Order: sequence, then C-alpha cells, then structure tokens
Amino acid sequence: MLAVEVNHVAKSFTDKVAVDNLSFSVAQGEMFGLIGPNGAGKTTTIRMMMDILKPDSGEVTILGEKLNEATKNRLGYLPEERGLYKKLKVLDSIVYLASLKGVDRHSAAEKANELLTQTGMSASKNKKIEALSRGMGQIIQFIVTIIHDPQLLVLDEPFAGLDPVNTELLKGMLADLRNQGKAVILSTHQMNQVEELCDRILMINNGQDVLYGDLREIKARYRGNSVLLDSEGELGEIPGVTGKRTHKDYTELILDDKTTPQQVLAHLISHGMVINRFEVATPSLNEIFLKEVGKKS
Amino acid sequence: MNKTLLIFRHEFLHMIKRKGFIILTLIVPVLALIGIGVFQLASTDEPPLVETVTIGYVDEAGGFDQYTTQGYIELVRFDTPDDATAALINGDVSEYFVIPSDYISTGVINRYTLERQLETPPAIATVIKNFLTSNLLTGKVPPDTIELVEKPLSLTVTRLTETGEVATEQGGYGNVIIPAIFGLLLALSLQAASLYMVEGLGDEKESRLIEVLLSSVSPRQLLTGKVLGLGAAGLVQVVVWLVSLPLLLNLASSTIGGFFSTIQLPANFLVLGIVYFILGYLLFAALSAGVGAISSSARDGQPLTMIYALLVFVPLWFASLLFIFPDSPIWTVLTIFPITAPIEVMLRLGVAGIAAWELAASLAVMVLSIIGVLALSVRAFRVYLLMYGKRPGIGEVLRSLRSG
Repeated sequence: MLAVEVNHVAKSFTDKVAVDNLSFSVAQGEMFGLIGPNGAGKTTTIRMMMDILKPDSGEVTILGEKLNEATKNRLGYLPEERGLYKKLKVLDSIVYLASLKGVDRHSAAEKANELLTQTGMSASKNKKIEALSRGMGQIIQFIVTIIHDPQLLVLDEPFAGLDPVNTELLKGMLADLRNQGKAVILSTHQMNQVEELCDRILMINNGQDVLYGDLREIKARYRGNSVLLDSEGELGEIPGVTGKRTHKDYTELILDDKTTPQQVLAHLISHGMVINRFEVATPSLNEIFLKEVGKKS
Repeated sequence: MNKTLLIFRHEFLHMIKRKGFIILTLIVPVLALIGIGVFQLASTDEPPLVETVTIGYVDEAGGFDQYTTQGYIELVRFDTPDDATAALINGDVSEYFVIPSDYISTGVINRYTLERQLETPPAIATVIKNFLTSNLLTGKVPPDTIELVEKPLSLTVTRLTETGEVATEQGGYGNVIIPAIFGLLLALSLQAASLYMVEGLGDEKESRLIEVLLSSVSPRQLLTGKVLGLGAAGLVQVVVWLVSLPLLLNLASSTIGGFFSTIQLPANFLVLGIVYFILGYLLFAALSAGVGAISSSARDGQPLTMIYALLVFVPLWFASLLFIFPDSPIWTVLTIFPITAPIEVMLRLGVAGIAAWELAASLAVMVLSIIGVLALSVRAFRVYLLMYGKRPGIGEVLRSLRSG
C-alpha cells in the first residue's frame, strides 16, 4: 500500500493556477522530497493532501483511502507557518493536540514527557508556549507532529529557523522514523537537506511536474562527462581530456565522449601522479534545480 | 473520546478560566451582596437629621392660620407681600406664596422664589396643598377626614385567575425587576461570548494553528465543538446567576424589605431563563463562528460582531414602551426574531406573559437558526480558511456560499 497517491490533481485560485495536473506517489518507509521555488505550488499540494483544500480535479489517496477521521489519526502534519496556543502550557498543548489524533490523555502525557526528554525540552514542559523561543516552539510543534506515531509525516519547511544543533536533532529523528517504516514527505527549497535525506524527489515549478523519481538516478542523468581532480605535480597531456577548468582546490577535467573517468584515473596512476582527490563530477541538486527552473522560466 | 467532545472540553475549560468570564459571572452575586451590606451598615446608623425649611406666606384671603407645621417645613405668615419679599431676600425664608383674596373663587396661589426651577418641587406643592386643604376643612369635617383627604390614593390590586382565584403571580414592577436585570446581563454575556469566539478563531487563523487542527478534525467538528463549549460556559454562568438571585432576593427582602419584598420571579422564569440563555449562547457562538470564518484575524472580525451584538440590546432600548403598551405586535416580532428573542422573552415574562404559540415559534426559530447558521459557518469556514489577507465583500461571501 502506498502512503500517498496523487493522481492528476489540479487547483486554481481566482488569479492563478496553483497546481496543474500533478501526479506522484510516496511509498511506505520512504523519505520523499517535494521541492520547488517559492510559489511553485508545494504548499497547495500539501494542503490538498491534508484535505484542508479541495482539489478542483484529480484524486488524493492517503494510506490507501480517501482522507477520513481514521486516516487523519495516522498522519502528522507540520505546516510551514507555525503556531500553538500561546497561553497554554507546553505539556497541555501537546496532550490536547495528541488527543485530537486519537491518543488518550494518559498515553499522550507519557509519550510527551519521553519526547520532551529526548529533545532536551523537559525543563520547559510547564512553561507557557509564549515563553519559548521560536526554535523551541518549533521543536514542540515537531513533537506534536510525531507524538501519535503517524504512518505518514508531511513536513513543510521543517528546518526553517532552526539552529544547527536542532537541525541535526531533527534530521536524526526523521532518519529513525524512516527506518521504522514511516513515510516522510519533506517540502523545502533547501536542496542540501533534500540531497542529504531524501530517497526520491518531485520537483515542481508553476504547479507542474519538472522532475520526478529516484534522486540518484536524477543526478546520474544530469551528470556531465568530467572529473574533479586534486593532484600534486604537473598534469601534462592526458588522452581523451578536451579541456581543463582550474578551481581553487581542484581542477575539472572535461572528457571527450569516448573516454571514461576510469581510463583517466588509470592514466594518472600509471604516470605516478600523487592523487589527493578524484571524483566523477555530479551536479548538485541545487544546480539541477537552477537549471530546470531556469529552463522553464 | 469523540473529537467534537474533545474540542468542546478544551474550549469550555479555556473559556471558564478567562478573567473576563469569571468577573462577569461573579459580578452579579458580589455586587448584590455589597449592596445589601452597604444598606445594613447605613441603616444601623441614626437617621439623618432633616433641616427645617421655612416658607413664608401672605394670607390675603384670611383664615389660613393653622397647620403651619407640615413635616420638616415650617410656614411663617407675613402681613404683606413686601414683608415676605424682604424676608426672602434676607434669607429668612426659602420662598413664599400669596393666597389672594379671591382664592376661594379662582383657586390660584402665587408662589415666589429666588431659584430657577422647571416646576414646583412635588414636596413643596404637597405641603402648600395640605396647608390650604386643612385650613379650609377645619371645623367643617372631622380631623380624620382631613387626614384621609390629604393622603395619596392607596390602591391594593389583586389579580385573579380566569376561575376567580387569586393568581400566584400578581404582576407589577416587582415582577419585572429580575427578568430585566437578567436580560441586561444576558445581553452583556452574549456580547462577550461573541467576542471570545471571534478572538479564538482569529488567533488560530493568525497563528496558522488552524491547519494543524484541520489535519486532525473536520471544520464541522471544530466549529461544533467550539460552539458547544461556549454554550456550556454560558450555562455555568446562568446557573451561578439563577441560583444566587433567589438567595440574594430572600436576603434583600428580609434585611431591606420595602420594594424588595414585592419582587417575585415570574412563573417559568428559571426554566425559560436557562433555555434562552443556552440557545442565545449557541446562536451567538454560531454567528461568531461565521464571522471568524470570513475574517482573517480577531481584529478584523470584531467590528462585524457588533452588528448582532448591538441588536441584542434592542428589547432593552424599548423596554419602557413594553411597560406602557404590552400588547403591541412589535413585541411578538422581537420575540420570534432569534437575535432579540432571548432578551425580549425575559422582559415579557415579567411584564405581561407570553402566549404559548409565541414561545413555541420563538424556540423553533431559534433552534432552526442555530442549525442553519452553524451549517453556513462551516461552509464559509472551509472557503475562507486560508484567507489570511483582507476580508471578502458581502457579495463575494454570498456567491461562495452558494457555490461552495
């Protein structure tokens, strides 16, 4: 059973088409990246998945069925712009919102204490939400998102506003959840986070699908025929290399169509070169993103 | 637990912990207790000394020389108007009047004063009248008759039932006072409840918490839970008031007496008071949920609540007309119109009662209005859920409700 199945979904607002005939699926135990520039339609897509917005056409299936009260209890949602009841205490907020996900108050309090300890927030459990810093509030919201042990997590810009320590904490927790077989959808425009965490991605721009599939395959598809080399000594003439670009710490060697990186490496070793770094040049997701978004616009 | 009940519980607890709610709930018994206490303290002191007032008069008709002491007013005779004027200017008398020689035929008395007045104070007019009557009648009728003539009319009215028995509810202002106070408090409470609802929804929208809530519950569950939570808080408030009112009334009646001993609770007042309070709360909460739905923030929604929060006071504005013309059809309209119904019913219960069909129509319209308004609010809520910008126009709201 797929965690999410979106089929030909479209949504328009009075002044623009936000999502245009979009289809994708997310499997259980998968970390999925939903990426795109600001205004691409990521949040609208998520809101349709959460049944907050009704699509104009198309269908969304969550955990094998149309979203209903039972499936709502099995998903966790962290919206992009966040807030909690300012006047409520941390523990009370978590327990109330967990109870709306079908967790009984006693279990919710127990689990909340456990998660607060895990995130180093237990000292704040009796503080009012308004007394917390933005980052701390975000951690509490993350706890609210996962406290009911959801099968599907949808996180809209989860790392925005977090310091490096909390970012790493969250990444670790997300990896654990994925390893437990949960499906995680990360919507973000922070490409490095997606590159680091996600198995598959959907890149959208102007509400349309730009790139969709396995991240490694996509990167391989965009791989150019060049290698990055950091070596000691004079390089000299290398057969099959048509050009060189010198960067600060390395040199990029452009290969002709018939030459493979392995042949270049064999040539360098056979000539006794001291090699500190030899890497097949793969474009970053950010470069692919800029290329694709630039192409479309 | 059902999710609507969870929201209901949360909203109810949140509401009854609000300072404004606690103050409004407790202010009735506390103020009444303070009033009774102050009266008791004041009544244990010696009665204040009333300064004697001296009024002059000139008797040109002759024969007006007895009964010159009328309560705290002393009447002093002068021979001529000039003498009386001199005494008035000197401050020996506060005013004077002249009984002209043709008084018996004309009945006219001339009064002179240094003060600018709209009319003769009733106490002075009574003193002058009694002085004249006493002197005119003395020696002609027994003193008891003179006393009777001077006393104001004392009417004892007894209301009978259609079978000729003495009715349990006798009417009069004593019967109106509690419903009128209750109506005023209900109006204030409904106004406060409307603001709380709009504020709560506005905060949830502004903080975007609404998206988290709606990933767990449906708009119908959310709004129904909120409306019921507010209604239950209203019930707590009315129970506190209705339980404390009869107790305070007994206390006031036994310690103060007088008018308080004539105060009665109209028949069915307790039951209808609770029913209309709850229905009123539910209606106003549902209306405010609709306002909250189409407003992007609490501040944006509050002016809209004023439209119906002011309409609720209409029965109180026209209460004096209700006392004079209790049978006007206008009161039937206000009884059936759901926004004015709670207060109008309370007032009419005290003044002249309400026909059974009017009550039935009023209750039916209120219940249907609550259901209808809540359904429209849920619809509007989904349409305008993510509208964080400006409020839509009325035309736009109506169009989207039809198509939504």
